[in-house]
Amino acid sequence: MKFIDEFRGGKIARLLADAIREAMPGRESATGRPLTFMEVCGTHTMNIARFGIRELLPENLRLISGPGCPVCVTPHRWIDHAIAIARRPEVLVCAFGDMMRIPGSTSSLERERARGVDIRIAASTIEVLSLAKENPGRQVVFLGVGFETTIPTVAVSILEARSQGLPNYSVLCGHKLMPPALEALSKGDLRLDGYLCPGHVSAILGSGVYESIVRKHGIGCVIAGFEPLDILQAILMLVRQAAEGCPRVENPYSRAVTREGNVKALGILSQVFEAKDDEWRGMGMIPASGLKIRTEFAGHDAALRVPVEIEPTREPAGCLCGSVLRGAVKPPECGLFGSACTPDNPVGACMVSAEGTCAAYFRYGVRH
Amino acid sequence: MCLAVPMKLIEIRGDRGVADVGGMRREVGLQLLDSPAPGDYVLVHAGFAIQKVDEAEAQKTLALFRELDLTV
Repeated sequence: MKFIDEFRGGKIARLLADAIREAMPGRESATGRPLTFMEVCGTHTMNIARFGIRELLPENLRLISGPGCPVCVTPHRWIDHAIAIARRPEVLVCAFGDMMRIPGSTSSLERERARGVDIRIAASTIEVLSLAKENPGRQVVFLGVGFETTIPTVAVSILEARSQGLPNYSVLCGHKLMPPALEALSKGDLRLDGYLCPGHVSAILGSGVYESIVRKHGIGCVIAGFEPLDILQAILMLVRQAAEGCPRVENPYSRAVTREGNVKALGILSQVFEAKDDEWRGMGMIPASGLKIRTEFAGHDAALRVPVEIEPTREPAGCLCGSVLRGAVKPPECGLFGSACTPDNPVGACMVSAEGTCAAYFRYGVRH
Repeated sequence: MCLAVPMKLIEIRGDRGVADVGGMRREVGLQLLDSPAPGDYVLVHAGFAIQKVDEAEAQKTLALFRELDLTV
């Protein structure tokens, strides 16, 4: 398949791995600390595990996973809010599939559905708009979770609902923005040497958004595609930056990412949504890191359309999901990992989502 | 969740189009693109084309890989 197969291939992967080894700055002995890069995006986490990329890297290079799995960083209270809305008889809730098993304080959407609550899985907001058209007597609520890649598609659905005259379509907005989270992480104590920046978030945002991270924090930012050769090439660039002591923004995923991003999509996004301070699981409140639906579109805001009482929040005991999302611990360091918490019987969101760090480590047997 | 698949636009009808990857076809929303044209490769995420794929840029990256292959 075009633009996929050419970016795979064992021979080039080995050559890139050799080049990474050769480029290593050899400063481990000086600082006692391996070169540390964070892969921000959950799809990168999954592909790094799936294609065995860690096995190709030198020992003094460490990849840690970031907060780039949107359902994982969604706090319990938001899930509880969604469940409370779903329980209302006049409501039909639709969500992307990976939301279904995310645990709230006492239940999950999947458990509610097993109890008979009408909850549908949708692959696109286009399907949800059709459901709203077919069910004029019900309030059809889409659970809007996702980063910049996804947000414009949800913004389009709200504009379409307005233009098609569908007052019974609304969105519970749980969307989050990536640059403020990176800013918060960069200020923290992780001492990162570089970010493997999320390719498809960047397709929307453009590579320009990372320039301030480099300027303010001196952390290199390389935008990576998702095929194995893309990922290895981006790691090689970060290693070379570290060896030269010259952090900068580089964009080897230029087939999909420009400096300005998708200006039309960004315009649609800000037509419908505005920034607000928001809570991230594991990271707490981050200024201007979330979105709310603008007052102009209040009729399509499920938080206003379907007022509910939300149960008191309860976090699972012993779960280190929050620290995993901050990159502070790796999944095998959690006492529950692989024993009390498995993909079949998950305790925390990071083990539930297909892109969760714990799920990636468990499924592909990553131990370090 | 930020998975997006490069697909070829086959036809366009207003804000919707049909895109193909490896013989699998699906309808996609085109509201997020400026002037999409049949034959364009686009990244499809959650039922929408979110960006065009730039063939010339892809060739540049592939040329770098080939160079690596030739220097060893």
